[in-house]
Amino acid sequence: MHIVVCIKQVPDSAQIRVHPVTNTIMRQGVPTIINPYDLFAIEEALRLRDKFGGEVTILTMGPPMASDSLRKALTFGADRAVLLTDRFFAGSDTLATSFALSSAITKIGEVFGAADIVFTGKQTIDGDTAQVGPGIAKRLGLTQLTYVAKVADLDLAGRSIEVHRRAEGGVQVLKSPLPCLITMLEGTNEIRRGSMMDALRAARAEVVTWSAKDAGIPDVTKCGLRGSPTVVKRVFAPTPRAEKAQFVDPAGEPPADALINAIFKRAPKLEAELAELSRGY
Amino acid sequence: MIEEKFDAIVIGAGMAGNAAALTMAKRGLKVLQLERGEYPGSKNVQGAILYADMLEKIVPDFREEAPLERHIVEQRFWMMNDSSHVGLQYRSDDFNEEKPNRYTIVRAQFDKWFSKEVQKAGAVVLCETTVIELVQDPQGKVLGVRTDRKGGEVHADVVVLAEGVNGLLGSRAGLRERPAPENVALAVKEMHFLPRETIEARFNLNGDEGVVIEAAGTISKGMTGVGFIYTNKESISIGLGCLVSDLKKSGQTPYGLLEAFKRHPSVVPLLEGSEVKEYAAHLIPEGGYNAIPQLYGDGWVVVGDAAQLNNAVHREGSNLAMTSGRIAGEAIFQIKSRKDPFTAENLKLYKKMLDDSFVIKDLKKYKDMPALLHTSSKNFFLTYPELIAKAMQTYVRVDGVPKIDKEKATVKSFKSARSLAGLVGDAFRFARAWR
Repeated sequence: MHIVVCIKQVPDSAQIRVHPVTNTIMRQGVPTIINPYDLFAIEEALRLRDKFGGEVTILTMGPPMASDSLRKALTFGADRAVLLTDRFFAGSDTLATSFALSSAITKIGEVFGAADIVFTGKQTIDGDTAQVGPGIAKRLGLTQLTYVAKVADLDLAGRSIEVHRRAEGGVQVLKSPLPCLITMLEGTNEIRRGSMMDALRAARAEVVTWSAKDAGIPDVTKCGLRGSPTVVKRVFAPTPRAEKAQFVDPAGEPPADALINAIFKRAPKLEAELAELSRGY
Repeated sequence: MIEEKFDAIVIGAGMAGNAAALTMAKRGLKVLQLERGEYPGSKNVQGAILYADMLEKIVPDFREEAPLERHIVEQRFWMMNDSSHVGLQYRSDDFNEEKPNRYTIVRAQFDKWFSKEVQKAGAVVLCETTVIELVQDPQGKVLGVRTDRKGGEVHADVVVLAEGVNGLLGSRAGLRERPAPENVALAVKEMHFLPRETIEARFNLNGDEGVVIEAAGTISKGMTGVGFIYTNKESISIGLGCLVSDLKKSGQTPYGLLEAFKRHPSVVPLLEGSEVKEYAAHLIPEGGYNAIPQLYGDGWVVVGDAAQLNNAVHREGSNLAMTSGRIAGEAIFQIKSRKDPFTAENLKLYKKMLDDSFVIKDLKKYKDMPALLHTSSKNFFLTYPELIAKAMQTYVRVDGVPKIDKEKATVKSFKSARSLAGLVGDAFRFARAWR
């Protein structure tokens, strides 16, 4: 069995800052991480491999530094990592990304064996579109199983898979033929810690690095900015809250009283309102 | 357990660990480096200032790729009381040289780059891998390490302990004591983000020029301690550190001191409008020469902060770390090339080479300084700054008081605060400790 997991290296959105003057995202010093949803996809793939045998290939498209995320995925115990990197890919929207990734998955099939299952996270935390997974499925003609919470059963001989899909109002139990594409929900499993052996192997592994040409993409006009019909009209930051912390010097008063007095001084109406509310108690 | 045996295992991927790993890997040794952080630098919270000279000896062309913030063209020393500071300022265009001598850096980014160099040289670097304990034979010889990963025991000819100031592995294995509270400072630091143009305007900088401010005085409330302000490209690092033993005695909190420092009228305009994005605390070795532990033994050496190598007077830590790491790497390579075993007797070479370097020579020169500043901390950090500030104000204020009376009042205030014998004694002791 061969499983391909598509992951994305994303800026850690918890640590993103917005430039106070230009309103653009300040990327300096913002660490990058594996898109958190993708971790559940990696773990599910590794579990299936451990149970049924086979190989797990991790695939990403991004700048050369995205190999950091691939190496990390190898540390978890994945067998192989492929980095799709080329200047032609810069500025890809979800359409161009799914085109490039599906081409690479086809190529991976030729070189390392056809994929039985393709995994992605349900969406990324930087784009939040949830379009790339279904885009790949459509292009490769795979059954798409989105928002999957659990792989319940896999019958390799019978070429079928059974999954639990979270849907509005309940859980759907779906059976699908292989090959298929699964987008994994969060919280469904917990990413493992690779053994010392896995970690050593990952540190020494070569990340397979492919250009557009290597991945067998003949038409680069479908890639990157040129292949992306999405246009970003405007980027804006939500107005930051203007409140500032204020230091209160108790100056002999009990600290709690000093604090409450300082609050009432800033919001005179509040005192009357609270007095009104507390009347009768 | 891992079957494969390494020539050397380096614990930690800070300055000392990276220098050691790189030095050995470059010479063809089979090196395994273990770092508990998510990536090298992820756990690091140093200020930080980089001294080019020592890094050049390890990575000659580092300026081409290393993430450097600003090269320092101006150094300000502030002696502060609660409302003012008396300053000494040195700025020189000479520092705008082709290969500047000092840079501010952000360690989280710098260490990542440094580690890439280590990996390029052929060392195996594993992050998110914590060494739980040293593996020793019954005689105490270090055979390798046990990590927190499954099947995590690995052996090597020699283990380089670059585990940082409060490294528990060495002390748990009985190789050295944990640092004493009077020999370490607890420093707290915040990163304040501002647009780079604002920083450049506020600190009078062109392009990548940078400023360093070091401040002492009443900000440490009579304890041995200093504050610092460093300019990065788009942020300002501000922090303050005091001896742990002093903090314990006084009951002052480090964050309380930092808050007061930030609200000092001399500091407020520098930080105005900034956004705090990071808050960190860190121990700094301050014990100097007398606090250096045993540096080597059967199958192990200790480098950097873990070896308490820090020049508190000149605020040099990371370069002593890099240099001790490099020297340890060179010593290990020499022993390995002679095919000698890594016994304490043979590893003594590291100590000998370190003694001959500026590292130990500098620390020896100031060996009495920590004790002096510690025992007389009230005078040096509270009384004198207060007196000097008062003297300056008396000097510059024009108020119709005859100058001769002003001078007399100043002399009197010094004497009454600290008897003549005390003043002379402090000056004498300071001079002797500096010599």
